[in-house]
Amino acid sequence: MIGQEFVQLSLTPMLVGILASLACALPGNFLLLRRQTLIGDAISHVVLPGIVVAFLISGSIAAWPMMLGASGAALVAVLMIEAVKRFGRIESGAAMGVIFTSMFAGGVLLLEQSDTSSVHLDVQHALYGNLESLIWLSAEGWGSLFDLAALSEMPPQVGRLFVVLALVVAFIAVFWSSLKIATFDESFALSIGIPARLLGFALVALTAIAAVAAFDAVGSIIVIAMFICPAATARLMTDDLVVQVLWSAVFAVVSAVLGYMLAGYLPGLLGYDYAVSAAGMMATVSGLILGVACLFGPKRKRIAPTA
Amino acid sequence: MSDVELIARDGDRVGRKDPECPLAIDGLTVSYGDKPAVFSVDTRFGKGRMVAIVGPNGAGKSTLMKAVLGIVPKLAGRALFFGEPFESVRSRVAYVPQRASVDWDFPVRVIDVVLMGLYRSLGIFGMTSKKDIAKAHACLERVGMADFARRQIGQLSGGQQQRVFLARALAQDADLYLLDEPLAGVDAATERAIMSVLKDLKSEGRTVVCVHHDLATVRSYFDDVLLINVRKIADGPVASAFNDRNLQQTYGGRLGATHIAELQQPAG
Amino acid sequence: MTEFVSALLLQSGYNAALVAIGSALLGLAAGGTGTFVFLRKRALISDAAAHSTLPGIGLAFIIMVALGGDGRNLFGLIAGSALSAIVGLLVVDWITKSTRLPEDAAIGAVLSVFFGFGVVLLTVIQVMSAGKQAGLEGYLLGSTAGMLFQEAATIALVGAISAGALLLLHRRMIVVAFDPQYAETMGFSVRATDLMTMGLVLLVTVIGLKVVGLILIVALLIIPPVTARFWTNRVDRLVTIAAVSGGLAAYIGAALSAAYPKVPTGAIIVLVSFVMFAISFLLAPERGVVGSLLRHLRFQHRVHRRQGLLELARGETIYDRMTLRVLQRAGYLRGDGVATLAGRAAAAQELKNEARWEIARRRNIEFADAARFDGLSQIDTVLTADEIAEIDAELSRQIGAVS
Repeated sequence: MIGQEFVQLSLTPMLVGILASLACALPGNFLLLRRQTLIGDAISHVVLPGIVVAFLISGSIAAWPMMLGASGAALVAVLMIEAVKRFGRIESGAAMGVIFTSMFAGGVLLLEQSDTSSVHLDVQHALYGNLESLIWLSAEGWGSLFDLAALSEMPPQVGRLFVVLALVVAFIAVFWSSLKIATFDESFALSIGIPARLLGFALVALTAIAAVAAFDAVGSIIVIAMFICPAATARLMTDDLVVQVLWSAVFAVVSAVLGYMLAGYLPGLLGYDYAVSAAGMMATVSGLILGVACLFGPKRKRIAPTA
Repeated sequence: MSDVELIARDGDRVGRKDPECPLAIDGLTVSYGDKPAVFSVDTRFGKGRMVAIVGPNGAGKSTLMKAVLGIVPKLAGRALFFGEPFESVRSRVAYVPQRASVDWDFPVRVIDVVLMGLYRSLGIFGMTSKKDIAKAHACLERVGMADFARRQIGQLSGGQQQRVFLARALAQDADLYLLDEPLAGVDAATERAIMSVLKDLKSEGRTVVCVHHDLATVRSYFDDVLLINVRKIADGPVASAFNDRNLQQTYGGRLGATHIAELQQPAG
Repeated sequence: MTEFVSALLLQSGYNAALVAIGSALLGLAAGGTGTFVFLRKRALISDAAAHSTLPGIGLAFIIMVALGGDGRNLFGLIAGSALSAIVGLLVVDWITKSTRLPEDAAIGAVLSVFFGFGVVLLTVIQVMSAGKQAGLEGYLLGSTAGMLFQEAATIALVGAISAGALLLLHRRMIVVAFDPQYAETMGFSVRATDLMTMGLVLLVTVIGLKVVGLILIVALLIIPPVTARFWTNRVDRLVTIAAVSGGLAAYIGAALSAAYPKVPTGAIIVLVSFVMFAISFLLAPERGVVGSLLRHLRFQHRVHRRQGLLELARGETIYDRMTLRVLQRAGYLRGDGVATLAGRAAAAQELKNEARWEIARRRNIEFADAARFDGLSQIDTVLTADEIAEIDAELSRQIGAVS
């Protein structure tokens, strides 16, 4: 499994899985602490209407119109949720529930009305992604990683996710202190001149970018799982924010690698000759790891305030 | 017209920029929809004074504080700090929000919270120097929490949490301290510790403004009082402004006569 | 259009009529039940329940096939989905109770992980049925087209049962939602009532699967209560309005889908529901956005007018740009900031009004109600002529004392 076949068939899907998981898990730490994890859920759902509208306008299923459409939809969703919350004075969970289901329904309706079915645009794809198809046929072995000609033939998802991950890491590193303060104590942050609300919005925008970049490779479901599970697991391991973020990265990578391997090899080990959904398996593994942490994590308990 | 001019005279103090005045509030109005939370409040806090903001629940005490700091939007009016808008004198003002407004199960240690007070002076990526840490330690020392620096904040009692918040404000080294209910739900030892720190601040010529809920201690703790119930009822030195007539008006008759009588007893 | 009208009038065939009635009952029960979830600020818990049905559907299919039966049997699939939704809800509950993680994280973790595992099972089934459509995809987005009579009848029946259960239980659920402590003294256990609510959520979810699909079922539980919230502050009316709007949306949606086969049932029901929400959000008289915004702006205008006139009367400089604009537009200030004659008159009037209010407030300490004595209205619109006369007498006494 280490030779040419692995590099051709498994390396890129695994790499894409890892990059996508990391890009989602890192901002997930802050979403978790801000009690906003479900915004990731909402955004992942509105990706579908976004790509459908992008297809209807551009008439193609090229990557960039799709990404733009999905980002646009995420932006519209976030603004609408905010409007319902603020102007309608509706609690945030309910506001999200109204907006993302309605937009998803709009996407489904548009999809059925148009001829998109002929171009492999479907709900299933948006939900579970298509990780297994991201093969790198021009690779001849590990050496191809240093061969520019072969690298340029790599599925474009790898490069895109790499850029997005770099953006995520840069954002978190540059705004680390302000993010920490704004998340812990928004009023205080505003009083010392940190634009806490803008930062909150930037975080959500980053979440949307990560979700959009990840979805076409791995599908919405794993995106939601990766926003939540690694960060939540890490929360149960430590009381130090830096350590928590590092743990979440570890859990994201482990879920991606283990999930991919299990999807490919578990049925074989059980004597069947097929593979199951890798994206689904990654989500499952991240959940199992979270389950273990819920039972045994050193910092799993809420500390009861003494007074 | 003459009666109008007479009434006009005692309100003639608005509009001047006084760099000595730590906080001057003019016509401040905050509303949620068309329900005012704070209505047309004018007041001035004097330099080196300890001021209590007093009023019933929902009277807009916290909202007033947040509005002058720009945390909630003003509908009308303005607040000048040392004669300037808040944005240009931020570093001279420290704000301590209500303790209950944050999640104390947050993954930071006590010292990290105090270091937040030094945010303005930290380097890029929020790197802290030895000097910063020494300063944060000194602030913890002043509130009697030096031994707790490495504790996770979730392990603290309510009183200890309040002390950490105060230490963070001390780290800001400000000239005006705005504290939202610093004595709510704290134990007697913490109350003494906090008041002693606040009195030190005052003796250094700094101004301390507290939203305060305990009418019984207003006389012994504070120099001045601002009584509000959406609008300002009265402000000025405790000796003159904190009287039963004003209290009755602030609490809308919800304060019993016996309660008022108790308050009139000299404290201690 | 005529197809739509005939579907609305239940003239599009027996199955379509059953589906429409069943959907309406389902929408009714979902809207009413959702209200209680909404009131407890746990709206998205139903999303966790819905998404965690998928592994149950997959396992039920696999087991039924392994036992040599038909994997698509509706009862089997419903039982499987209900069981796995229960497990999902228990896990959410367990994570929230026994770890430090907040409920939103528990909900998100359960819904994504259960769904992810469900997807794994679906790929297994795809291989098992060797290329044949297992038809389980219908449970993702729902479909009523080509529904068997038995399925339509089941939906109508369970819809009726859940609507009936809601009717029986809603009094008790209202009491608990409104005042849990009082409910306990009346002998209604809060815990038991919460369980009943979740039971109803489950019932709605599992029958909703076939109609709207598991991704959108949560919309039926959330959108109607949020819609209703714009029309009333009373819990009993909230339940009624939510149930009616949910039922109506489902009925209209089902009819539309029966009339136009290309229109997916689940999506159109959700969209009809959303239209009702959007109208309420914008136009409801009390809480609607347009009304609130207008009231807010009018209030802001009055505040600035009063403040500006008082500053004018006191000879103070006006700094606030908005105040200046308001006064200029009213013709009280010239462009260069000098008061006009009308402005001076209005300012004097405002100052007098303010002085009267001051006395009125002092004389009516018990009524020191900020809303009534806000000083924004002219005093003669609130107090009677003789009350004002008395105030004016005191005013002139005070002025006498000063001079």
